[in-house]
Amino acid sequence: MSGRKKELTVAQRCAIPRHPMPHQDPAERIRNFDEVALGWDADVAMEEAERCLRCKNPQCVTNCPAEIDIPGFIGKIAEGEFLEAARILRSSSALPAVCGRVCPQETQCELTCVLGKKYKPVAIGRLERFASDYALFQEELPLPVIAPPTGRKVAVVGAGPAGITVAGDLVKLGHDVTLFEALHQPGGVLVYGIPEFRLPKEIVRLELDVIQKLGVKLVTNFVVGRTATVDELLEEFDAVFLGNGAGAPSFLNIPGENLNGVYSASEYLTRCNLMKAYLFPEYTTPVAHGRKVAVLGGGNVAMDAVRMALRLGADEAAILYRRSRAEMPARVEEVENAEEEGVKFNFLVNPVRFIGNELGWVKGIECIRMELGEPDASGRRRPIPVKGSEFVVEVDMAVVAIGQSANPIVASTATGVETNERGYFIADDDGRTTKPGVFAGGDIVTGAATVILAIGAGKKAARAIHDYLSGNADWPEHCYRQGRGN
Amino acid sequence: MHTILKKEMLIERTWHMTVHAPLVARKCRAGQFLMLRIHERGERIPLTIADWDREAGTIDIYFQEIGATTELLATLGEGEAILDVVGPLGNPTHVERLDGSFVMVGGGFGIAAGYPVARAFKEAGNRVIAVLGAKTKGLLICEDMLKGVCDEVLVATNDGSYGVQGLVSDVLQGLLDRGEDIRLVFPVGPPIMMKVISQMTLPLKIRTVVSLNSVMVDGTGMCGSCRVTVAGKTRFVCSEGIDFDGHEVDWDEMMSRQKMYSRQEQEALDYYHEHCACHGGAR
Repeated sequence: MSGRKKELTVAQRCAIPRHPMPHQDPAERIRNFDEVALGWDADVAMEEAERCLRCKNPQCVTNCPAEIDIPGFIGKIAEGEFLEAARILRSSSALPAVCGRVCPQETQCELTCVLGKKYKPVAIGRLERFASDYALFQEELPLPVIAPPTGRKVAVVGAGPAGITVAGDLVKLGHDVTLFEALHQPGGVLVYGIPEFRLPKEIVRLELDVIQKLGVKLVTNFVVGRTATVDELLEEFDAVFLGNGAGAPSFLNIPGENLNGVYSASEYLTRCNLMKAYLFPEYTTPVAHGRKVAVLGGGNVAMDAVRMALRLGADEAAILYRRSRAEMPARVEEVENAEEEGVKFNFLVNPVRFIGNELGWVKGIECIRMELGEPDASGRRRPIPVKGSEFVVEVDMAVVAIGQSANPIVASTATGVETNERGYFIADDDGRTTKPGVFAGGDIVTGAATVILAIGAGKKAARAIHDYLSGNADWPEHCYRQGRGN
Repeated sequence: MHTILKKEMLIERTWHMTVHAPLVARKCRAGQFLMLRIHERGERIPLTIADWDREAGTIDIYFQEIGATTELLATLGEGEAILDVVGPLGNPTHVERLDGSFVMVGGGFGIAAGYPVARAFKEAGNRVIAVLGAKTKGLLICEDMLKGVCDEVLVATNDGSYGVQGLVSDVLQGLLDRGEDIRLVFPVGPPIMMKVISQMTLPLKIRTVVSLNSVMVDGTGMCGSCRVTVAGKTRFVCSEGIDFDGHEVDWDEMMSRQKMYSRQEQEALDYYHEHCACHGGAR
């Protein structure tokens, strides 16, 4: 890895085609739970890294919520300095190997990559994955520098993307950080929601090992709101960050939804991912193995659920979505993966009721066809039911993947931390809630969103918490005013 | 890890354990539950917290061997440990001073779950009656415990070997016939019993609060596995319960959902018997 190569010209860089990501063969992969995207070897990564134009004013960084020095780490990959590339990544993000896999780079860094204007953008996400993975599997992972202890204690509630980010950033600044997790395993949506075939749990575990090596104390099986309230945490800690996630599944509220065989995506994926029901009965948690499965919804969670159902032996697995392909919120890459694996897509279809058999098990979904009308508040064309177009889809299992809402357990037991009408914490842009010393960020502020947005919120909150703990303890007036009581 | 400090068999296949769980013991109140997971490959199961000692940092659980997890739990001895215990979960039972009697109707090992609630109502200054049901005298549990916190403990056995011959509903009817001024009935035990008692008190307009035990995964409102229809609305037992108005519960749906995994539960048990039947083999 030594010897500096000759600098390429811009034209030479532009001439290198973007490298594809090798995938497991679809016919093969639907019979296992291993990661679909196989990753790059060093030669491919180094060549892809040469595509980066080293912009003086890098536009990719401006669109990265994790504020990563993108040209910096890519430059190190090009030089073969992979550990140094990983150190740059980790100095900004506690979850680079995760982000390299699950971030929607096409709408973030890669969207604003200058090369993308004329050619295909640099594969920033794949490079991030390469360098992070390389370092994670080294004996001696280069750790970021830790500031001297400040003696200030911070409680971080929820060991998901937002909480891990806050904990990682604050521990580097010398604070004494305890990360509280309700489940028996940290990671939040990274362990209960995103399947092994998209994000191996070993990767999440290794990333969490790093922040623990940096000094973050992890307490699992601790349900804030039940085991202790936010008020009680404030007696022991100088600041509290709430990153407990949206965490309550939404249902369609249509007849028959509580029939056996009808799951929320959260339940189905938690059974499969966190509890490893796909290894039943070696693992004791059961899950239904539907032969004809319908997943209701068009987001990434719906794609995860339908692809999981295929791997659990479904003969037919279909997405039912009430809008058209263009409006689907899922990443294009995930939709393509699902299609390759044989998932069927039924667009402009809305479920009306679930139909059960005599044993109380779902046997069909009555649906109605939709057509697109005028744009709605989200800017997408509103689906309108077509009268008299009802029909029945035969199924023996269904998964409702239409989003999450706020879990009230934390909010209902915290005094002075106000929520909006939908139950999400009210917080300013830096995560300050209506209660001094209490910060919040991620899905529990914005509603269900992406891993990278939660990481972005975590970074801002960590800065605000550091500021608060470094002498600026005055709580800005606008924070109180943002509550409903004012 | 949560060490088992005391273990006793109450009757065949029904156990009481005292477990070290200071974080749960510190906060728990009558009507709350915990989730436990015995080992890395285990499932999470909910159990009612039947008693606690805040100073000693211990909680008491009662369970019946009905599946792979509870059978394995029963093989653990004093000094051994449970990997994960989390709680207290669910909302505490709403305890108040009533203008008449509080009747806890307990069936099977559900009696243990009713104990802390009966005690809490007694401590709130109420007249408390426990109606306990068992198939036969030898299968009755926790009678003495309840005698310690109730004004009256009545027993029904199916075979008449102890107390009144018949069902708990017969005993409850007897209380009504003798003019007992019942203001709140709290049935806890098999769903069919809770359903029958709720149907009995509905026309009499006697407030009836039931403590539901449904299938759960996380126990914190995250998955919706435990959902139940109450007054026509879907509710989560773990985060919105576990107590609900017995008159408004859709019992048939609730019982059907409890059976969702019957086949897999048997498969897990067969697997356990095949692979792990020797003590400690599963850990």
